[in-house]
Amino acid sequence: MKLSSTVLALLAVIVSGPALAGKLDEVRNRGALKCGVSTGVVGFSAPDAGGVWHGFDVGMCRAVAAATLGDPMAVEFVPQTSKTRFSALASGEIDMLSRTTTWTYSRDSDLNVEFAGVNFYDGQGFLIANALGVSSAKDLNGATVCIKTGTTSELNLADYFRTNGMSFDPVPVETDAEAIQQLLANSCDVFSTDSSKLNAHRATLENPDAYSILPEIISKEPLGPAVLHGDQQWGDIVRWTLNALLTAEELGVTSANVSDLAANSTNPEIKRLLGTEGELGAMLDLPADWAQKVISAGGNYGELFDNTIGSNSPIGIERGLNALWTNGGLQYSPPFR
Amino acid sequence: MSKVAYVRKEMLQVRKPPVSQAGFLGWLKKNLFYSIGSSLATLLTVAVIGWLLYGLLKWLAVPTWAAQSLSDCRSIIAELARGENNAGACWGVIRDRGIQLTFGFYPPEHFWRPILAFTFLLPALAPILFAEKVPGRLIWFSALYPFLMPWLLWGGSVWVPLGVIAGFAVGYLGFRISNGLNTLFRIAICLIAALAWWIYAKEHLDTVMSSVGTIDLTPVKSRNFGGFMLSLTIGVVAIGSSLPLGILLALGRQSDLVLIKVLCVGFIEIIRGVPLITLLFVASTLLNIFLPPGTEFDIIMRVIIMATLFASAYMAEVIRGGLAALPRGQYEAAEALGLDYWKAQRLIIMPQALKVSIPGIVSTFIALFKDTTLVSVIGLLDPLGLTTAIRANQEWAGIVWELYGFIALLFMIVTFSMSRFSMYLERKLHRDH
Amino acid sequence: MTTRASPPRERFRISQLIYDTRYRSYTIQVFALFMFAAFVGWLVNNTLQNLSNAGKDLDFGFLFSTAGYEINQRLVSYGPDSSHLRASIVGLLNTLLVALLGCVMATVIGTFVGILRLSKNWLIARLMGLYVEMFRNVPLLLWILLTMAVLTELLPSPREFRGESATASMMLNDTSAITNRGVYVPLPQFSRGLDKALDGSLGLNPNALAILFVLGAGLYVSQRIKLRADRIQSKSGERPVTWFWRTGVIVVPVLVLFFAFGFHLEYPELKGFNFIGGLRFRNSLIALWLALSLYTAAFIGEVVRSGIMAVPKGQIEGAEALGLRPARIMRSVILPQALRVIIPPVISQYLSLTKNTSLAIAVGYMDITGTLGGITMNQTGRELECVLLLMLVYLAISLTVSAGMNVYNARVNLVER
Repeated sequence: MKLSSTVLALLAVIVSGPALAGKLDEVRNRGALKCGVSTGVVGFSAPDAGGVWHGFDVGMCRAVAAATLGDPMAVEFVPQTSKTRFSALASGEIDMLSRTTTWTYSRDSDLNVEFAGVNFYDGQGFLIANALGVSSAKDLNGATVCIKTGTTSELNLADYFRTNGMSFDPVPVETDAEAIQQLLANSCDVFSTDSSKLNAHRATLENPDAYSILPEIISKEPLGPAVLHGDQQWGDIVRWTLNALLTAEELGVTSANVSDLAANSTNPEIKRLLGTEGELGAMLDLPADWAQKVISAGGNYGELFDNTIGSNSPIGIERGLNALWTNGGLQYSPPFR
Repeated sequence: MSKVAYVRKEMLQVRKPPVSQAGFLGWLKKNLFYSIGSSLATLLTVAVIGWLLYGLLKWLAVPTWAAQSLSDCRSIIAELARGENNAGACWGVIRDRGIQLTFGFYPPEHFWRPILAFTFLLPALAPILFAEKVPGRLIWFSALYPFLMPWLLWGGSVWVPLGVIAGFAVGYLGFRISNGLNTLFRIAICLIAALAWWIYAKEHLDTVMSSVGTIDLTPVKSRNFGGFMLSLTIGVVAIGSSLPLGILLALGRQSDLVLIKVLCVGFIEIIRGVPLITLLFVASTLLNIFLPPGTEFDIIMRVIIMATLFASAYMAEVIRGGLAALPRGQYEAAEALGLDYWKAQRLIIMPQALKVSIPGIVSTFIALFKDTTLVSVIGLLDPLGLTTAIRANQEWAGIVWELYGFIALLFMIVTFSMSRFSMYLERKLHRDH
Repeated sequence: MTTRASPPRERFRISQLIYDTRYRSYTIQVFALFMFAAFVGWLVNNTLQNLSNAGKDLDFGFLFSTAGYEINQRLVSYGPDSSHLRASIVGLLNTLLVALLGCVMATVIGTFVGILRLSKNWLIARLMGLYVEMFRNVPLLLWILLTMAVLTELLPSPREFRGESATASMMLNDTSAITNRGVYVPLPQFSRGLDKALDGSLGLNPNALAILFVLGAGLYVSQRIKLRADRIQSKSGERPVTWFWRTGVIVVPVLVLFFAFGFHLEYPELKGFNFIGGLRFRNSLIALWLALSLYTAAFIGEVVRSGIMAVPKGQIEGAEALGLRPARIMRSVILPQALRVIIPPVISQYLSLTKNTSLAIAVGYMDITGTLGGITMNQTGRELECVLLLMLVYLAISLTVSAGMNVYNARVNLVER
């Protein structure tokens, strides 16, 4: 049928998709990295008045853009809700997901998501008003709990109360902002989500000292950037961008001294990382100095952490588990060799 | 012997009505205090409105415009020392984010483009809505507008819209040349000619013509559309493109061809039977699965596609109503003149049916425009979606009423004026008949 | 008589398929069918290819696996270890509940608004006009969010009911409480009987069903008594006094059952974090219910107004001439006539209200969009299956309602003069 084939041809023209090349080529041809972030979580991702996105998750996107395109600003941010994030990744609408996403077995295997590592070791906690006089999560029997729908926290919470033989009254909310609003109005007794976010939100309260985070951490929430299964090279790029950030902190390479070290350092590890020795960049089809670009974009892991959610920000989350392994934390990068 | 007791011989002097019956007082008595019940109701209503207004004004009238953050606002209001109920609006957020709520992430240096695009909407609609008051020539501008608007909003080379327009011209040419053939054939020829042109133009036109010279507008990705502008874009584009689809569906629904009728009725009823939000779920999670592997529309395009399909089903019903309102004689007269189906539709039926349908079309637009707020559920940053993003900033975490109020006001202005306008059209239609 | 020669039998030519209007319609239809089949085939083919690329398949088996999440409002029993299917059913019932409540409330408010908009009192008519414009011109989603915010921020929390210096107190002789987590009212309970009542959630249990059944039977018997009295009256002219029988057959058996089942009211009580016991209408339900009904009532109000205005003026003047009072005129003359104009558009408003309940996710009300189209979809990653099922469910609801509307229209048309 001539007409139907013409229609098909037209559709093909209208939607002319990219050929199924590697993700890296696709990103380079486009000149921008499409990065899925949350629609707004204090400290992790939020647009400022000028429309520029800031935050810890955003920093990860910028680092990958710096590695692949040499320009940390060449990122198109695609806000995702917790419901849309995996299908956006699967459909190729975003190249990578950096949206406080927990690495779990079923997401890795069933949802075809490949986690590139852990950029934040988190755990689910409880934020509660001091006025209630609760000092342990074990005392929460019968409490009304604000919980974000479509997250792992929802399942963890049900598990936790079931294991401890307690009951609770869930109030499902779509965004953190709603949960905080309800918590402030005492519409729910306690807000349960990743404790990093609880810290971030507590810092923004009018009266942070009236609220505290309970000592129990009821789950492991390794958060990390993710890509789609199937493109190993692209997965490696995201993974090693994260590792470069960590290694840079370990070796003392910061955004301030990176160019200096690139020119003058005699430490072979630093030289390999910054591409002044060896051919590491070429192995991933990246320029030799890709790690320099990454580090000068937003600093090393420690700088990124401190400036967005850590000690240099109003949020002030402790490094804790996210300290380098040399400082008693869990953050550990395989060697650049 | 009938004896008339008294007959008035001269006229009485005209007296003024008593104060309680005339003027303002009379109006009050007639409309507000005509019975005990109504007096009570009036007083009660006045008291409630007054109390509400007082509270609202007190909340609204605070000097927080310059505040840089919510805590700034709180300290400003605390300084006013209004007693225990120390509440007031924090206008700083509107100063800081008002532009963002209106234009989203559209580059500020190009704000004139959406402004121009939506301003041109008025002259483009004028020949359709006030046919008798504007010069007929303006209809050419209306025809041009569907190409002008996307070009202004999304930018790119001027040859793209021109190429598309040329495609229509080519199609029309094909239609004219094939004069004498069956109309259905002519339509097919017209379509094929236009398609062939577009396929050719897509490949070559831009490169060929760029050597001649071109006007380029900086391309703006639809990703950068946001805020109120996004709602308006989705609404206008979806309604505009749903009109032709809706006409076809309405005609199909009235068709004698059983199969066509079944398909059209099925489509219309399915779309009208499901909530818009499920269609938006389709846009956000499924549409890419339905299309050939590797195709990629951005989410705003997909939402516009689904909104168009959604609106076209409702549009079809509106136009069906318009068709049903036409007297049977019009169809018969067209047949008596020997017009074939398409000619009759084009020359007789549609012009009248569409005119009757205009108020319905406007209300469909209002409904769709309001429904565009649902895109916040799938993560698009329309005004409601932006409230989340704004509250995720350190400065504005915890702000609620000011943002919702501002958004409600924006919507109120647009939809209220449109609904008034549609009422005016309806009255005009009644007068015309 | 010459026999009329039959016209030469026309031989069918291929070109007739296009030029002969008798056959052309078949050509067009076959072509359309072909195009449609090609289009559907293309879609299905793409879908299958995309699914296999993503390593997925079309499988509804996930519906029977453990859901693992908690739902806060359930009309049938449900726990985290129930299946996704059960979660969907709980969601569906919640959808239907809020749709039903919303339709009732919207009708009541809408009727009042429509009538009051025609009030002679200028202020009240204007006020109602303002209400209609405000609600019609602002997106429903915004209204839902605003209503929820008002309920959350302005109502007292359970904590404020506690202690010596409580700033809030229970109402109606300490039997009910309005809090920003919901409204608690006494719950009718049975201490013995056919089955234990469900745990404070809205729901029907066998006892209640039994009582409903007995009530129905009582009404039926009462009706029979009335009919018998009518017969006696038309035969003998004298009507036997039956009111005590008629009331008795309804009230006595029900009271007996109440007593037998050990009927009592369970009052809400502030224990621990929350009020425990009693019947609880959650905040999310109330917010959604209020917003939906206020929004839809604005539209219904307009329908009612135009319906009333469609009643010929002569009817009203006639009623006035008979000396009926305004309220009576409205009740007995205007509304019955206006209803025929009003009902079809009101039913389509019901339909859109039902579809609009899908905005429940904005306030965390667990309707079917929140369970099947929300948490289930997200936890299992079965977007295609979930969205398809979701659309089917809504379609089924809509089609059922429109079928009902068609039946009604047919009946109204029959009695039309």
